[in-house]
Amino acid sequence: MIATPELAPLFDGVEPRKAATRNAYGEALLELGASNPDVVVLDADLSGSTKTKAFGKAHPERFFNMGVAEANMIGVAAGLASQGKVAFASSFAMFATGKAFEQIRQSVCVPELNVKICATHAGLTVGEDGKSHQMLEDVTIMRVIPGMQVIVPADAVEARQAVLAAAEIPGPVYVRLSRASTPVVFSDDYRFEFGKAAMLREGGDLAIVAMGVTVAAALEAADTLSTMGIEARVLNMSTISPMDVGAIESAARDCGAILTAEEHQENGGLGDAVAQAVVRTHPVPMEMCGMNGSFGQSGTGDELLAHYGLDAAGLVARAQQLLKRKQA
Amino acid sequence: MTLSQADRAAVEAAARQIRIDTVRMVHAAACGHPGGPIGMADFMATLFLRHMNLSPETLHRPDRDRFVLGNGHTCAGYYSILSQKGLIPRDELLTFRKLGSRLQGHPHRTPDMGIDFSTGSLGNSLSVSLGMALAAKSNGWDTRVYSASSDGESQEGQIWEAATAAAHYGASNLTVLVDFNNVQIDGHMRDVMDVRDLREKYEAFGWHALDVDGHDIDAIDAALVAAREETERPSALICHTLIGKGVSFMEDQPGWHGVAPGDEDARKALAELGIEGAELEAMMA
Ligand SMILES: Cc1ncc(C[n+]2csc(CCOP(=O)(O)OP(=O)(O)O)c2C)c(N)n1
Ligand SMILES: [Mg+2]
Repeated sequence: MIATPELAPLFDGVEPRKAATRNAYGEALLELGASNPDVVVLDADLSGSTKTKAFGKAHPERFFNMGVAEANMIGVAAGLASQGKVAFASSFAMFATGKAFEQIRQSVCVPELNVKICATHAGLTVGEDGKSHQMLEDVTIMRVIPGMQVIVPADAVEARQAVLAAAEIPGPVYVRLSRASTPVVFSDDYRFEFGKAAMLREGGDLAIVAMGVTVAAALEAADTLSTMGIEARVLNMSTISPMDVGAIESAARDCGAILTAEEHQENGGLGDAVAQAVVRTHPVPMEMCGMNGSFGQSGTGDELLAHYGLDAAGLVARAQQLLKRKQA
Repeated sequence: MTLSQADRAAVEAAARQIRIDTVRMVHAAACGHPGGPIGMADFMATLFLRHMNLSPETLHRPDRDRFVLGNGHTCAGYYSILSQKGLIPRDELLTFRKLGSRLQGHPHRTPDMGIDFSTGSLGNSLSVSLGMALAAKSNGWDTRVYSASSDGESQEGQIWEAATAAAHYGASNLTVLVDFNNVQIDGHMRDVMDVRDLREKYEAFGWHALDVDGHDIDAIDAALVAAREETERPSALICHTLIGKGVSFMEDQPGWHGVAPGDEDARKALAELGIEGAELEAMMA
């Protein structure tokens, strides 16, 4: 028999801290289960992986495993929400948004319902399962739907708070979570503010605007750049929609160059969203580190991030190209 | 109608090889899905050895039979049988799931290996298979399209949209083999989402549907013959299997859906599959 621990401790005591944002989701759901009787949770045969299982054990009467049927899951979540429930629905990002896009648009966003889609295993860091499972377009297709609010936590500390916030924010919310254990960026006294980009590092030569697992890489890249005499501002853009346009405008004015970093397609993703804000406020040269129009492939998460130039070394190289353009 | 002793022995050997290769590939990758392919080994071997006309010689023939692995996570077994058919070099198998490998974690359409379609997202496969079957019919070819699916995949609504359409268009050249092992990721079907009687469901949708013992090679072969002889309706073979069949500690255990055996379990599994002595040591080295 294989033991499947329902919810392993978020941090294992090893420094520097690493944790998976999906684990923080599981913990936050338990907190919500205790504090808010209207919270219900749905899953699609992935409750061990998405970490909703612990909520299901604690509150079986408020947990619905819908089987491998994501479109139905979102429809049922919408029905529950229409009756006053706060419905959290989970699957892998690929299937939660891909299989159920139309249901999300028609049955969740059009009627403006309290459905909180918390999707795990997003991006390249799902790893060996390969391109069929590496969702790299979810932010694009979620953020274009009117009324859909999109959060991409940078680490487990922020993920827990983002999930708790999602329960309070009126209307549809999409939270993008990861499978892999990733560096913890924030200390426990960090406070997530919905709709606000957090400046994690001050700098005036360029700004690196990152989301999700690339925030840690952006901080590492900024350290490396600093040793070269280049000071990079780092912004954690954890709310993609609505976007903190003010923070982008300030970054453009103060730094004169912006690099975006995301484990996602540049098309329609963070890169595009930031570019829209930049051209509308204060146009400056920009580079985008993201998936440049290709699917992923099998490999470990770290191998893939390096392969597609989304690790610190990749960001440093692109930052240097960007600075040449800024100076030209 | 039963197989000759020699024919049955050949299928049994291929099925055993699928099980061995699956254990080795998933163990080497340190991730992947061992239970499904080990449970499907008997019907996959019967299908590929005795029914599908896929081989290095027919590979690029446009009218050859087609195969779609709907439950794409079980691809270790698929890669094994393709390698046994000479379509994937044997020494490529252990690159499974590694960066740059052709043997992706879920199948990627690769004509040179005879992989006819990309899968991994459950629910899509039967529609695609129907499209292939309709194309063959419209070309006047006697191509047969085989689609593997699973009880878990049968929970996806699109499967039933495809089932409706396949019956409507009389796609008698389409056969789906459903791996009915009563297991999905979160547990046994009865505890997660019961799909009930799939033969009755397919029948109600207008299909020629048969319950088959998925570990009885003669029965599987006979059902595939019956599917071939059916001229009006698509065929659904509901193959009743045990996940992990042949590796005692994996049998009927949902936990082995998607977890790789470590060294000790791999060694135990290979020993149960009849690998011993120097051969076992070499495999584990
Ligand atoms: C659309 C979709 N949703 C979810 C998944 C994740 N997933 C992979 S296998 C699986 C369970 C499927 O059950 P089954 O095929 O019967 O699995 P097995 O018997 O091989 O364990 C799930 C939910 C997926 N691959 N595709
Ligand atoms: Mg199954």
